[in-house]
Amino acid sequence: MKFEYHVEGGDFLNAGNASGNIKKVLKKLNVDPGVLKRVVVALYEAEVNIVAHAYRGNITADISPQKIEIVLDDEGPGIPDIGLAMQQGYSTASTKVREMGFGAGMGLPNIKANTDDMKIESVVGKGTKLTLSFNLA
Amino acid sequence: MKISEIVKLLDAKIVCGEEFADREIERAFASDLMSDVLTTPFDNGILITGLANPQSVRTADMMDVSVILLARKKRATEEMISLAKENDAVIIECPLSVFHISGILFEHGLKPVY
Repeated sequence: MKFEYHVEGGDFLNAGNASGNIKKVLKKLNVDPGVLKRVVVALYEAEVNIVAHAYRGNITADISPQKIEIVLDDEGPGIPDIGLAMQQGYSTASTKVREMGFGAGMGLPNIKANTDDMKIESVVGKGTKLTLSFNLA
Repeated sequence: MKISEIVKLLDAKIVCGEEFADREIERAFASDLMSDVLTTPFDNGILITGLANPQSVRTADMMDVSVILLARKKRATEEMISLAKENDAVIIECPLSVFHISGILFEHGLKPVY
């Protein structure tokens, strides 16, 4: 089962739409509540990251009985130093992002903590691709 | 503690989700930083915040927190109310500070998350 969503950079009003929709789908599919919570937290953090840092992006969620894989592929400035970005407290967020209650340098570490596997690929000046995996079986 | 009791204790106002006023709440967490809320799992809880934008409602939804209590005279926006209605969430507005609200609710038995 595959779902696709488009996310616009800077659109804070709709930030979380994709995560909210995927949450509803997973609930209907009776996904274990513990896994569901981890998926929506990681996905929401990652969706907010696209809104906060990128120009636009696409989210693809692939749900099978064995696992959930979510790919967030954005066009944006990219991450020059992924190791640094993964450090708790490191942030390049704008004032606007902080006004929205984010940008404290907690997003990527929290995404990693909630996934069974997280892969980041980033090209400076081009964009970032985040692959999040969650085991169901 | 019932939502209706919380509203009475704080002399607050439900602006959305009045029909859920009988829901029982066990715990509360107070933060303006949604990143912190997203690292703090608590079921059956209430989020006390001064952040009056759709992200507080979204974040609460992601954490299965169905009550958002806006402190410091913050007002719920139309977007927040519409999102809360979609999620069967309750929004309460209160003129008191987060510290004051937390003190009253703690004194009356609402538990902290940690």
